[in-house]
Amino acid sequence: MKIDVNGVTHDVEAATVQDALHALGWGDRRVATALNGTFVPAAVRDGTALSPGDRLEVLTAMQGG
Amino acid sequence: MRDFYGVRLATPMMLGTARYPSPAVMAAAFRDSGASVATVSLRREGEGGRAFWDIVRALGIHVLPNTAGCHSAREAITTARMAREYFETDWIKLEVIGDADTLHPDPFGLLEAAEALCADGFKVFPYTTEDQVLAQRLVDAGCRVLMPWGSPIGSGQGLNNPHGLRTLRAAFPDIPLVVDAGLGLPSHAAQAMEMGYDAVLLNTAVAEARDPVAMARAFALAAQAGAIASSAGPMPARDMAQPSTPVIGRAWL
Repeated sequence: MKIDVNGVTHDVEAATVQDALHALGWGDRRVATALNGTFVPAAVRDGTALSPGDRLEVLTAMQGG
Repeated sequence: MRDFYGVRLATPMMLGTARYPSPAVMAAAFRDSGASVATVSLRREGEGGRAFWDIVRALGIHVLPNTAGCHSAREAITTARMAREYFETDWIKLEVIGDADTLHPDPFGLLEAAEALCADGFKVFPYTTEDQVLAQRLVDAGCRVLMPWGSPIGSGQGLNNPHGLRTLRAAFPDIPLVVDAGLGLPSHAAQAMEMGYDAVLLNTAVAEARDPVAMARAFALAAQAGAIASSAGPMPARDMAQPSTPVIGRAWL
């Protein structure tokens, strides 16, 4: 299924947000996730289903002012 | 000294982590200045996020995640929730930007996001203007810190509206106030602290100095001097001269 991950289209075999993180090589790395603009806590990634065309954001710490 | 959501800061300096020549220089700037808060952000996962976070954690100071770059309340709220999980803190520097060129805060989006985040248990540090009515609305929403800008982010202009900043200090005697953004020189930090502000927050003036570590220390000393001056009770300014040497006993020559 095609989903948008951090602004880039990916074709992933993934039923959930957790599956997608593994499929895309993030595994269990420390990241924060949002699906279609809504925060997805780490604890519910496994139970959050993906649909074609979903927008997944995977964020990490960065320098900031 | 006013506390920040129950936390008393060891020094009145909050420092950003962006734009340094290297992570080592950044860490040295924090060490030499004794800055007590480090601001950080969340961005799309690339390389180095985890390494950066390890460096910041090793500083052993308070971490203040921001919502920089958010142009709507909705974006800022989602970013804040992601930051709370990632950085394991309920502190959030709330930025909702209304104009891409001036980075002027969007007062309406800011208030909307502040209301939602305060209700959700966040300890909100709103990046705002010196607008007194907006400040009151933010306090009404539950904000217990206000962070008015000195001048536009990264401009180095210092305090563009000292009158507005003084008015805010007088209007909110119990709320910790931080001048956030626009500081270019240590004297700007001293000026803010002399007005009775509780801290300054800066980034570019230190990170883009020729010697960021020395400049961080200069800002820390200036902020400390301003804080001491404020508590020492500055004299009021006068229009006319007043001789400091006694007139009585002057010789007839």
